[in-house]
Amino acid sequence: MKPELMKRMVKGPDGVEFEVEPLRDYFCEVPPTVMPAAYIKIVEDLFNWARAESIWILGFGTGCGAIEMRPLMTPRFDAYRYGVQWRPTPRQANLFIISGYLSTKTLKRAIRAYEQMQNPKYVIGLGSCTINGGMYWDSYNTIKRLDDYLPVDLYIAGCMPRPEALLAGFMDLKKIIRAGKGEGANQYAENFAWYKENQKRVIHDWDMPDYNW
Amino acid sequence: MTMRELYDRTKALFPLGELIEQRSGGNNDLVFVTVPAAHLRATILHLRDKEGFSHLVLLTAVDWLEEGQFQLTYLLNNRQQAYDLGLRVMISRDSATMESIHDVWPTAATYQRELREMFGIDFPGSPRIEEEFILEGWNDIPPYRRDFDTLKYAQEKFSERPGRKTHDPETHMRQQLYPDMSPTGK
Ligand code: SF4
Repeated sequence: MKPELMKRMVKGPDGVEFEVEPLRDYFCEVPPTVMPAAYIKIVEDLFNWARAESIWILGFGTGCGAIEMRPLMTPRFDAYRYGVQWRPTPRQANLFIISGYLSTKTLKRAIRAYEQMQNPKYVIGLGSCTINGGMYWDSYNTIKRLDDYLPVDLYIAGCMPRPEALLAGFMDLKKIIRAGKGEGANQYAENFAWYKENQKRVIHDWDMPDYNW
Repeated sequence: MTMRELYDRTKALFPLGELIEQRSGGNNDLVFVTVPAAHLRATILHLRDKEGFSHLVLLTAVDWLEEGQFQLTYLLNNRQQAYDLGLRVMISRDSATMESIHDVWPTAATYQRELREMFGIDFPGSPRIEEEFILEGWNDIPPYRRDFDTLKYAQEKFSERPGRKTHDPETHMRQQLYPDMSPTGK
């Protein structure tokens, strides 16, 4: 564990000494909970329609596939006309695209980022690396099945998929959300222990709280 | 001044191995020589201060598993003359240790951290050499050593999705491109 995360005594600017335990003091320890649907179906449908039309992506590229998202932001493919846009922080995003191979080191950051996103949230696995390891199937450092670690709503196959494939993927995701099947965050909350077990099996130096909200 | 002259001059001072010219013909601007580990520091100091090799391009290693040796390559560049000289140092593979040159070129410290993590070659006294470089929580033998079995490690550590098929690239492409040909290509 890193020294800055350990329990220690700190002296404040006013000379008072106090104890700091970063993992407890700076993070919320409560595990995620399942978010119930709205009280009546028509309202939930309205919510889902709104969600489907405002897909905000976390601008976090993990592998080669991240390069395919850039043309989508510019006029040629222009994903903004579908209500899709990129945001700089997890707090403002509701879609996390794992864009290609994910090393165990990046997985740690990806988990933190995912957990910091607001419900409801969706995950797309982009490229064959997220599906079965792709060409990094024998790598000592990249995971092979994304859905072991994060709840994936949709995979886009290819190595690497073209921007058109991503646009088609966004359309499919919209259908999933409008049908009320984009339940990734709830799935994560329900199977929290299972996800944590898988994550900790590959991340050997777990130096963060179990839930990074 | 050619690389040959430089080599002859330097060889008079240090026990260098033979000169390997990597780009024969036109501009012969990349050569390699072997240096005994004990003479490396003196040689690079001489080359830096007297021969104008002002820049360390890279420091890397090769694992000669069968010979039980690591080969370290220090690639030096002379910007004025626009040529590169690679110094090769062979060190023993077990308890691999090499003298640090971070005081000659500070950039070496980064390469040395990488070599220590990926090959397990120690450079005592190099800054932050004990710290993790790019791996986090690594718990096996250094992954760039050739006796590290990356496939076995990946199979044990990461779960696989069933249904993945592997083709031998040669036979597969032959069948794709020339379906009439017999599988052996005759
Ligand atoms: S699927 Fe292909 S393009 Fe995508 S990250 Fe993997 S190797 Fe790169």
